Amino acid sequence: MDEIAILGVGMHPWGKWGRNFAEYGVKAARDALSDAEVGWDEVQFVSGANSVRCGYPGYVSASTFANALGFTGCQLASSYAACASGATALSIARAQILSGVCDVALVVGAESTPKGFFAPNAGERHEDPDWLRFHLVGATNPTYFALYARRRMELYGDTSEDFAAVKVKNSRHGVFNPNARYTKEYDVDDIANSPMVADPLRLLEICATSDGGAALVVSSLEWAASRGVDNPVRVSGISTVSPTYPNSVIELPYLASDSWAAVGDETMTFKDNIASRAYEEASVSPDDLDFAEVYDLSSAYELDWYEHIGLCERGDAAKLLRAGDTSLGGRIPVNPSGGLGAFGEAVPAQAIAQVCEMVWQLRGEAGQRQVDGAKVGLSINHGMFGHGSSVICTR
Amino acid sequence: MAAVEGLFTLDPDEPRLIGGRARSRGSYFFPKALAGSDPACLGDEIDEVLLSRTGELWSFTTGEYAPPAPYVIPGDEFEPYVVAAVRLAEENLVVLGQVIPGVSVDELSMGMEMELVIDVLYSDDEHDYLVWKWAPVAKNRNGEE
Repeated sequence: MDEIAILGVGMHPWGKWGRNFAEYGVKAARDALSDAEVGWDEVQFVSGANSVRCGYPGYVSASTFANALGFTGCQLASSYAACASGATALSIARAQILSGVCDVALVVGAESTPKGFFAPNAGERHEDPDWLRFHLVGATNPTYFALYARRRMELYGDTSEDFAAVKVKNSRHGVFNPNARYTKEYDVDDIANSPMVADPLRLLEICATSDGGAALVVSSLEWAASRGVDNPVRVSGISTVSPTYPNSVIELPYLASDSWAAVGDETMTFKDNIASRAYEEASVSPDDLDFAEVYDLSSAYELDWYEHIGLCERGDAAKLLRAGDTSLGGRIPVNPSGGLGAFGEAVPAQAIAQVCEMVWQLRGEAGQRQVDGAKVGLSINHGMFGHGSSVICTR
Repeated sequence: MAAVEGLFTLDPDEPRLIGGRARSRGSYFFPKALAGSDPACLGDEIDEVLLSRTGELWSFTTGEYAPPAPYVIPGDEFEPYVVAAVRLAEENLVVLGQVIPGVSVDELSMGMEMELVIDVLYSDDEHDYLVWKWAPVAKNRNGEE
């Protein structure tokens, strides 16, 4: 797959301020432009990752951000794919660049989130799985995370201590991240003493909802070279795949899994396929990775990702964790940024923030959370209803 | 009355979920309206079928905090509840549901046989709004004796 260059990255720190989401996006965009040494008037295309929690301006995010930066007549696209929105917005920018429509683009996502559980849109919709799961079952997002966590315990012998250890690890990484919302280092007792939310997961193990913004300036490799940037961080693969039928795992926000009665194969899941596509595009394998940024919606969920991205066989993730392999300084650090455990989730910004971290790592600018000699990074997540999201960056 | 029509029957003895089945392909769906997810079903007729009443416990958890609307808190105060995901015996389909009140997670284990019952989700002055819930077969049948 042809590559594009990432010239600049920027973030608004994660937190809970309740301000206009456009402010966060603009701050991130200005930082990314400054980092790239690219003028706003040079940007030919803005790809916005939408928010569904910030009113109409959130549904037309590219024009909201462009307006806030000053309308220049550049081309716009606004897209929504739940947690995958950032990767989708980047994929659109890549397509515009590789097809020759533009040379340089800005990708931005930002959100201002309400307190508490994410809830469905208002209204009564009997055909909307998201509405049905709340109304009929009281199944919140942590319900699904906990169902997966319980299966790990039953199938692989993972323990509550293992899950807590993921949060401890990520909190140690997050201490070094100026953009993280939570920079306290937790120990296992802190987690064991936090309230149970969805058995076996406790409050400190479940990703919070956060405000934040993240942005990327991307260009063709030729345009980068014309600016004297000969060795940029490159986007080498992007996966935005759907699930492949039948998916035997019950995914957010559905009431039921697919049936595998007619097909009889439950070996490959949606989340395996997300990573496979990214590896294929980038022509790299799990062995080539120096680090990964994975979507730790819960502590236990991070362990699922180790297996989905091929760091180990299914069921062996806790062994990697216990051996320290996925800590900073280990064989394959996971979530050197601190992950969602340290950030909480700002939905449309999160996949972009993962890419920001990859860029800092690959440039050797990650400070005390630097993965030594990092050359290849992978980020992965998925958007509710079935949007895959994975980006591989190389340098 | 059913909290949402068309998803389950209200047969007091043998309530069932109402699903879909692709006529030639044979795949099952719940709810029926989601029958699109099997690409081989494109153009296939989707028949309405009653799904198995029993299955194996696939996983389970609790809801310790009150969910936001459209969840309706039954009664005056929120009570934590248990949620089960049950793999239906015949269809190989995992379906979510609350577990009947009075069953704690300590009484549940993976693979345990569960069955579908009808219970009250919430009530107002006029109606009880009903929903399917999962009950451990052993406990449920003991309860009837």
